[in-house]
Amino acid sequence: MMQHMLSDRRGFLRTAAAGFGYTAFAGLAAMDSLQANGAKNPLLPKAPHFDPKAKRVIFMFMQGGPTQHDTFDYNPELIKYAGKHSEMKLAIGTQGGKILPPAFEFKRSGESGLPIAEIFPHLRQHADEMCLLNGMHTDSPAHPQASIFAHTGSITFVRPSIGAWVVYGLGTENQDLPGFVTINPPAVGGALLYGSAFLPASYQGTRLNVVEGQDPVENIRNARMGFDVQRKELDFVQQLNRGMLDRTEGDDQVEGVIQSYELAFRMQSAVPEAMDLSSEPESVRSAYGLDEDASRNFGTQCLLARRMAEKGVRFIEIGHRGWDQHNSLRQRLKANADATDKPIAALIADLKQRGMLDETLIVWGGEFGRSTYEQNDKSDGRRHNNRGFTMWMAGGGIKGGIRHGRSDEHGVAVENRVHTHDLHATILHQLGLDHERLTYRYAGRDFRLTDVHGRVVKEILA
Amino acid sequence: MRNIGGILLAVPLALATLAGAAESPTGEALEFFETKIRPVLAVNCYTCHSAEAKTRMGGLSLDTRDGIREGGLRGHAVVPGDVEGSIVLQALRYDGTLKMPPTGKLPDEVIANFEEWIKMGAPDPREVKVKQAASTIDVERGRQYWAFVPPQNKPLPAVADASWPLGAIDHHVLAGMEKRGLRPAPDAEKTDLLRRVTFDLTGLPPTAEEVDAFLQDKDESAYRRVVDRLLESDRFGERWGRHWLDVVRYADTIGRTRNYPFPVAWRYRDYVIQSFNEDKPYDRFVQEQIAGDLLPFDSPEQRMDNQIATGFLAIGANDLNEPDAKQFDMDVADEMINVSTRSMLALSVGCARCHDHKFDPIPTKDYYALATIFRSSELRNGLRRRPQFGAGYFHPNRLVSLDGLPDYSSADGAAIRAERDRIWTALLAAQKARDRTKTRALTRELREVPLPENLAIGVTEAGETAALKVNIGGDPHTLGEPVEAGFVQVLYPADAELPPIKKGDSGRLQLAEWLTRRDNPLTARVMANRVWHHLFGKGLVATVDNFGSSGRQPTNQALLDYLAVQFMDQEWSVKSLIREIVSSRAYRLSTGFDKDNFESDPDNDYLWRANLRRLEVESLRDSVLFVSGELEVGPPPPSPIYEIDPNQQFRTAGGSLKSWELEESYRSVYVPVIRNHGNRFFEVFDFPEPSETHGTRDITTGPSQALFMMNSDFVRTHALTAAERLLASRSNDEARVRTMFRQVLSRDPSAEESNKAVTHVRATMAGLDTEPRPESAVVAEQEWVRGLLAVALDREPHGDEMTSAMETVKAVRRSVERDADSVSGDPTVVAAQRVVSEFLGRAPSREERSKVSKYLREKQASARKAKERLLAVASANPEHEAWSRLYHALFNSAEFRYRN
Repeated sequence: MMQHMLSDRRGFLRTAAAGFGYTAFAGLAAMDSLQANGAKNPLLPKAPHFDPKAKRVIFMFMQGGPTQHDTFDYNPELIKYAGKHSEMKLAIGTQGGKILPPAFEFKRSGESGLPIAEIFPHLRQHADEMCLLNGMHTDSPAHPQASIFAHTGSITFVRPSIGAWVVYGLGTENQDLPGFVTINPPAVGGALLYGSAFLPASYQGTRLNVVEGQDPVENIRNARMGFDVQRKELDFVQQLNRGMLDRTEGDDQVEGVIQSYELAFRMQSAVPEAMDLSSEPESVRSAYGLDEDASRNFGTQCLLARRMAEKGVRFIEIGHRGWDQHNSLRQRLKANADATDKPIAALIADLKQRGMLDETLIVWGGEFGRSTYEQNDKSDGRRHNNRGFTMWMAGGGIKGGIRHGRSDEHGVAVENRVHTHDLHATILHQLGLDHERLTYRYAGRDFRLTDVHGRVVKEILA
Repeated sequence: MRNIGGILLAVPLALATLAGAAESPTGEALEFFETKIRPVLAVNCYTCHSAEAKTRMGGLSLDTRDGIREGGLRGHAVVPGDVEGSIVLQALRYDGTLKMPPTGKLPDEVIANFEEWIKMGAPDPREVKVKQAASTIDVERGRQYWAFVPPQNKPLPAVADASWPLGAIDHHVLAGMEKRGLRPAPDAEKTDLLRRVTFDLTGLPPTAEEVDAFLQDKDESAYRRVVDRLLESDRFGERWGRHWLDVVRYADTIGRTRNYPFPVAWRYRDYVIQSFNEDKPYDRFVQEQIAGDLLPFDSPEQRMDNQIATGFLAIGANDLNEPDAKQFDMDVADEMINVSTRSMLALSVGCARCHDHKFDPIPTKDYYALATIFRSSELRNGLRRRPQFGAGYFHPNRLVSLDGLPDYSSADGAAIRAERDRIWTALLAAQKARDRTKTRALTRELREVPLPENLAIGVTEAGETAALKVNIGGDPHTLGEPVEAGFVQVLYPADAELPPIKKGDSGRLQLAEWLTRRDNPLTARVMANRVWHHLFGKGLVATVDNFGSSGRQPTNQALLDYLAVQFMDQEWSVKSLIREIVSSRAYRLSTGFDKDNFESDPDNDYLWRANLRRLEVESLRDSVLFVSGELEVGPPPPSPIYEIDPNQQFRTAGGSLKSWELEESYRSVYVPVIRNHGNRFFEVFDFPEPSETHGTRDITTGPSQALFMMNSDFVRTHALTAAERLLASRSNDEARVRTMFRQVLSRDPSAEESNKAVTHVRATMAGLDTEPRPESAVVAEQEWVRGLLAVALDREPHGDEMTSAMETVKAVRRSVERDADSVSGDPTVVAAQRVVSEFLGRAPSREERSKVSKYLREKQASARKAKERLLAVASANPEHEAWSRLYHALFNSAEFRYRN
């Protein structure tokens, strides 16, 4: 059984207020009224199963199936067999094709000498922090299915997203921000990617949008009422809601709405501060690439991720789309690298400098990878490949400067294979959660993120 | 004999090395091959290196001429005439690293034969066409899957509690429950039922008067009369039309990479709404959307509707920047296949584009049979792919001209038409001459000419039947067998008589006929299930867009089949189907909880109670407007998209994109749907992504929704308007609270709720005087006063000047709050005048006055846009403010967002 790590109110407030400009008054008022209404706060921190290495996760989801052969999986076979025909049929009904050599040069990076493509000049400097998982494989070669699988571990059924599982397992350190935030999630897969399915609605990811010229969170302030007046209104509303909760005998949807209002109320004081990037020094903004068109969007996401990590958000997903390079791979991949290289490198450096990298697990990757061979003989592109792809991790108690796994000339993972279920088990493990013990009883049986699968990849743990 | 050279590029096993192999080998050479070479290959090599056996180790197949010459990963196995360059020989000799066959070296004479054969030029008759992978799908077996067998009405199942069912539906539902030991919940309260059925049928809450009338009406027929009234209401089509628009991925722009508007997509939208209001038989509705332009008609109006209906096929999200014309054409057909099969058949036939369907018995051939139909039709969405030489993307000639309307109805119509024709002819000539400057200029000129009034988005016949071949792997340049227009085989018996498609026809008319035949196993079931889904919150098949084997199985197939057969028997009347369902007892249950039931069926798959249902964003928004009295009902306004330059792309959030949903008061179904620019209000409340079929919506619960309800100007403004209406008639506090509860929550408050509400209002009123103003309002006020001083003084004001100015503003605010009539004119202007006069120590000059009033006008305009006031008085009237806050609170209650 999980126990609340902090049972007394003082301790709770200490955690809640830790490290940022929290309006004590609003916090106290919110807590009082929360307790007066008898609401249980499902987001309170909970003890993990064992000592965690990481406190939080930053998941960078690169939607579209990023090519491993031109980025993080140096495979000399591709040069050797370049132009030769691969008969590998990675997906039913598809044909093989001519093997394409890497589109960009790989360079030995860091002391470890990890081979990383030249298009990531900034990220390469952190090679010694990175663990390249070159033997990833997953179940589906189709975008929606594989994206949902990467997040929920299931293709067939509606299941909770990994972020929801994590917050269910650990609660969150900051009661004034959501425990699970997802920025610019891909349209493919929709709300399933951050949904809570049968877990209580409070564990759903809160979606933020980083779009130029728009606030990531709208309607964060009330132009008419101060916090205390608003609190009174909310108290009245929650009394009505409590009546409805009684009438529905504790319906989870109603409970979810009640909790969402409490969180929204608290967010009003925390969010403007958390989202205010203007308080960051120019050097930081520039390091994250905020002053360049190409990297501004993802740089903003990375900087927001750092700020939220600092403030105790448990699971932060940020997103970049457009990795589905069936054609114009060279040009489009370069554009993706330009958009993400600087921001990611800055995030790693920043976390490190703040002493937070060890406790923050960074995971980079997409729903699957790409073929070693060409799309067809007219386009510079690669096909989908779920039988071999690459993700990488950094920080959070993961061994840096290593490659784990290998794929062959057909792009199939052949050594030290890591399945998506294994990745999920490993992420949970670093957070101090045993993927076999993190269960939720629903419809008469216990459910897990990893279903009946999953193996913690011990080989990559520091 | 296949030609060699360039043509081969189109073949996946790009055999570019086949030079010189074109001429037929002589008889002698062939005999050498057949007797000395082929047997050796067959016995020793094919097990591991054969295309036929799909074992191509090392990427090598030796069972075809192409395969042996192309070779594998190591290179060409055989290079005609070049013994040393032929890897097969290196392997046979066993003197390098590669030793083949692995079982042992072959006799020297065999190796010598190979040498000689290669020197001869390696004559090899084993020509095979590149083949599509043979289909392994067993269509006949597939036909036995439940969803592919036409629905049959079976005798009603026996039930233990015969007193419970009111009709056939209830028999089926109860039988399902009894089988699992579930007991039905009690019947719903009258008020719950009224709210439920009113939302379900019209998307709006009942009025306070309707609640009252229904509570008073003790007659047995009261509910039936309510249902009849709702079905007759024009609001019905707006609600159910929107459900269909979800399914057909309705949008007002094309989306993808070149997001141009569809200026007349709204005609299709209105047609859909009208069709539901008229209770157009569903089979007819399907036929019109697939092939309306080909259907006979009785009147000019019907002809027009028929043409507009084909907008169904034309509003898809296609990529106007696709560089490959063939790819684009196939993508357009693909889009049409997807929307037709998913919406009407709940099958993802699109999966069979690149390969046989992985889950359902749909071979690739079926996909291309349908593709032939759609490729033989012409997309008329007004837009063109990658226009050249500076021409625009939009041209009205690429839309459908409606037969029943004149192009220009005004007196000078002929002149406008002539002008348009002149420019168009010149434009075509300029494009042909590749004259970029002229093309651009003419395109600009064309924009100035008004659009014809008789345009619709749709499809027409292309005039000839497309000769399509299977695109191997979905690649339009890699062609397999030729196909003919046809339908999805697994959905009809092998010996079925299909409507014949004449040469030259697209086959859409026949497709429409086939889709709506009574023996089509899916069409009626799928629609009946969609209707059920909208009334119960979950379909009998939960995956309403997927009846295939990767979808969910029906929870009660007998019931689904009953509904489907009944639907067809009632002439495909959607209203009759809805009437029968909402009249059932199953629909009228309460949401009452039961522990035992819950434990064995937590998802309520077997309908032992009613589901608590979240309102969709349309209902949420429309309800707020409805309660405030601001909702505009009645004939839809022309879409604002019609007014936008159709050659202007929706590129940035700021430009052509407006927050119509916040600024306008028409029903949400009429708010333009812009692809790629999620309308944030709608998006926060789970509006579906409008590029694909979405028969179900996500239901999320997050703080962003709460923030919108708590803090948006939209909710606040309408709470004020609602309060204004409420206070217009004399009444006591308790009666007011009761009216509000009836309006917002469709029920009476409990005594406790009523007391608390009254107390809340009175406390608010009492506290308004001393209520601290929110920081953001203070900041906003300071900002405009600072600006005002800067304009008046021509410099930045000092701190003490600001303090003193703020005191003046505060005084004005206070006096307005105490008595609205204490200042004459706009309080902001009055306050500004006082501030300026005080600072100048004199009356401002004319020039100063005009500077100040210009500044104020600008400020006020931007504040109005944000629905704020510069001088943030709580409200001119504390009573009004206090009651508006109670509305605000009720809008924020969880109950408001549900119907139970």
